[in-house]
Amino acid sequence: MTDTQEKVVEGGLPLDQRSWRQKLIGANVFWIALILVLLCVVFSVLAPDAFPTLFNAQTTLIETSVLLILSVGMTFVIITAGIDLSVGSVLIFAGMMAGKTLNALGVNGDPTNEGWGTILVGLLVAIAAGTAWGLLNGLLIAHAKIPPLVVTLGSFGAALGAADLLNNGSDIETVPKALNTTLGYGTSFGIVPNMVLIAAAITLAGAWLLHTTRFGRYTFAIGSSAEAARRAGIGVKRHLVLVYTLTGLLAGVSGFMSLAYFGTTNISGHTTDNLDAISAVVIGGTSLFGGIGTMFGTVIGVFIPAVLKKGFDIIHVQDFWQLIAVGAVLVAVVWFDQRRRSSRDR
Amino acid sequence: MTDQPVLEARNLVKRYGSVEALRGASFSARAGEVVALIGDNGAGKSTLVKCLSGAEYPDSGEIVLDGKVITLDSPTSARAHGIETVYQDLAVAPDLDPAANLFLGRELRRGGLLGRLGMLDKVEMRRRAVAEFARLGVQLQSVEVPIGALSGGQRQSVAVARSVVWASKVVFMDEPTAALGVVQRERVLDVIKRVRDTGVSGVLISHTMPEVLAVADRIEVLRLGRRVARFTAAEATLEQLVGAMTGALTNEEDAA
Repeated sequence: MTDTQEKVVEGGLPLDQRSWRQKLIGANVFWIALILVLLCVVFSVLAPDAFPTLFNAQTTLIETSVLLILSVGMTFVIITAGIDLSVGSVLIFAGMMAGKTLNALGVNGDPTNEGWGTILVGLLVAIAAGTAWGLLNGLLIAHAKIPPLVVTLGSFGAALGAADLLNNGSDIETVPKALNTTLGYGTSFGIVPNMVLIAAAITLAGAWLLHTTRFGRYTFAIGSSAEAARRAGIGVKRHLVLVYTLTGLLAGVSGFMSLAYFGTTNISGHTTDNLDAISAVVIGGTSLFGGIGTMFGTVIGVFIPAVLKKGFDIIHVQDFWQLIAVGAVLVAVVWFDQRRRSSRDR
Repeated sequence: MTDQPVLEARNLVKRYGSVEALRGASFSARAGEVVALIGDNGAGKSTLVKCLSGAEYPDSGEIVLDGKVITLDSPTSARAHGIETVYQDLAVAPDLDPAANLFLGRELRRGGLLGRLGMLDKVEMRRRAVAEFARLGVQLQSVEVPIGALSGGQRQSVAVARSVVWASKVVFMDEPTAALGVVQRERVLDVIKRVRDTGVSGVLISHTMPEVLAVADRIEVLRLGRRVARFTAAEATLEQLVGAMTGALTNEEDAA
């Protein structure tokens, strides 16, 4: 009994005393984070004047803010063993609803000089619009027992169609100037873009919710075994509705942030957001089979494609290679996940 | 051990369409004993357990807990009465660790504002889980790995332990060793034997007669939806049990 690893409490129960280093190396997310660090190092060496710069860091972070918020919600959904294909369309719908509201409230239909009161109304409309789609998804999945893939494929099309109907298929390109310059392009503390601050705050809140609260514990339990969760007295249906509603709410927030940044509803710019968010979550080590995942992994998973894209742009490699590289990383990560599962389920 | 049953079923009847699964079945379990419920396939064991654990509602008959007639309309209400059930499978969340599984659905929260926001007290849950596993003799290499990484026997031991920890009255175990190998089965049976030390009543449903004779204090036999015999395990023989299950032997007055 000299070694702590052999320590036994009364009743013969050995206590696990792995060091934090052993745990770190055992975690998938450690290797994924290592890949991200390596990518940054490689690009910094290849383009020392352009890649490791404040400007590049700021733009990369801003451009990933919207996707990061979508991915926070997607992490919860995928950990319940679900999927949400509708987030990009819901984002567009929420942005369109907010844009419509802002325009309607503006003097002579022009919101350019509107103040924060109007902007706040726009934000609330975006959040309500996103939450409503999320709630609809959740009710259909949990209560009507329609597979999440089908429900959200339906709302993926329906939300996009509804957004197009609102403005006859064209973008709204006028937003309050104050929104665009403050939230969209503004910075705090001298160098931190406001978009990034909000995305970081939401991600931290999401990580707290997922990893330390009962809500998070139920999310893992349902994804791990919905039947075991139900037998343990957990309200599985209610929880699933909440998870999809949360994801819709976050898509609503993303829609408003996208509107602030681009100054337009940018319909064509979000058509693959759903797949980008799913890729990010899965690259981050969250299992599509549910029950396993981390918010930190999702952050890494969002940045690997973003850094690849930036890096390739800077060293003048065609963008298309990024798609191929991300695809390869995605498949590799899922392959590792499968192997780990099959070795575990003896 | 007292003679007063903690849980009693009186003349339960349960029909599924035209099929009578229970035809006036009775059953009793006392505190601090392991009672085995045996019977051939279709004898009504599972239906009886479902009625007593709140999963099914009997068409007629009484369920008596501590001398009072109670109504069990859901597994949740059974749990509220101190009645827990261990299932053959699907009882645990494989990706959660043993402590999380022990407290699944009954998580401890921190004090103060963070607790009210739903923040868990993981340290306290882990500490209590280690103590409970030690008390019930559940041997695990680690309380920190996902339970899916443990052997089937350890997984089922955790499931049994969870029910015993939370049950104040009765734990039903519906063939808890059915999916296990020989060595793993022994480990689960060791945990079941400790149930009687906790003062809770353990009800073991099993097909394996040697297992029943090794673990149970008493044995009740169901046949065709009725209780047909009761034995003290020390006095019962394999021949008697098989005889009662097949109808060759009856020692119960209401089994006519």
